[in-house]
Amino acid sequence: MKLQKNTLAAIYSVLEFAANPGRQLSAAEIARQYRISPHHLAKVLRSLGRTGLLESVRGVGGGYRFTGNAKRLTLMDVIELFEDVGAPRRSGRRAARRDPAAAGPSPLEVEDAVGVVLAEIDEIAEATFRSITLDTMLKLVARRRK
Amino acid sequence: MIWLKKEAVEMALKDPVRVRSVQPGDLAEVIGIDAGITGMRKPDYWSEILQRYGSGRRRQRFFLVAEAGGRIEGFAIGEVRDWEYGMPPCGWVFAIGVRPDARLAGIGTRLLDAICAGFRRLGVTTVRTILARDNSLILSFFRSQGLMAAPFIALEKDLER
Repeated sequence: MKLQKNTLAAIYSVLEFAANPGRQLSAAEIARQYRISPHHLAKVLRSLGRTGLLESVRGVGGGYRFTGNAKRLTLMDVIELFEDVGAPRRSGRRAARRDPAAAGPSPLEVEDAVGVVLAEIDEIAEATFRSITLDTMLKLVARRRK
Repeated sequence: MIWLKKEAVEMALKDPVRVRSVQPGDLAEVIGIDAGITGMRKPDYWSEILQRYGSGRRRQRFFLVAEAGGRIEGFAIGEVRDWEYGMPPCGWVFAIGVRPDARLAGIGTRLLDAICAGFRRLGVTTVRTILARDNSLILSFFRSQGLMAAPFIALEKDLER
C-alpha cells in the first residue's frame, strides 16, 4: 500500500489537530510546518471537514478545529477517506489455466503468484493502519522524542 | 473506527481493581470471560492452563487475574521463554482478556503492567505477543501500550494443499 501525497498530508494534519485539541489551526500553519503546498492542503482539510473530523472556524484567524476522537480514530479511518483501499488486488485466484504443453509457467500464472504476495503485504499494512489510533501515534511521537 | 461502550467505564470503576495471581476458584469466571470473547467454552483447556501457569511452581510463568468487587474482570497469561525461535530470553503474553462490560477502565493496562513487572523481575527487557491480524481490538490495545512490530514474521502452510 503506497500512500498518496494527500493521504500523508491528511495524516499529518489530523495528528497536528489531535495533538492540539480545541485549538484552531489554519491550513497555512500546518502547510508551513510540514512543507506542503498550502493550496493542496486546503483541499485536504476541506475533505476532512466534510467527513466531520474537522470543524471549520470562520472569520479572522479562522481555520479548523478537531472534532474527532483521537482514542477511536485509526490511521486506516483517515487513509480510507483518500485511498481506494476496497479495491481487491488480484489474488486468491486459483492458478490460472495454462497450456499443458508449455515448458514454463504462463504469464497469467506468474501474475497470479506475484498478486498473492502483494496482497499479503497489503493485508499486513492494512491491519497495521487499522490497529493504530491517533492517540497511539501521539504516544509514539512522545516516546521517540525522549 | 474502534468503538467501545462508554457506560462500561463507569460500571467497572465502581470498585478498586486488584491484580493478583489466579486461584483455582477463579477458573469458572475466567472460562466465562473467555467464552464471552471467543464464543466458545473450553473448560478442559483452561484446567490445563491453570495447572501449567497457575500452580506457582515455575516462577517464569504468570497467570494473573484482575478482581474488582469480588468479580474477576480480566486475566492475562504469560511466560519468560529462553531462545524460543532463536530469540534471546523475553516475556511472551499468550492471552489477555477483559469482560466486555468492564473495558475502558484500564484493566487490560493493569494486567499487562503487572505481567511486564514480573518479566522485569526475571531480568528480561522485551515483551512479545502474537495476534490474528484481523483482531483490531486487541491489536489496538497492544499498540496503545507501545508494542511495535517485532523483527519476526509468523508463517504457516495449509498441509492439505
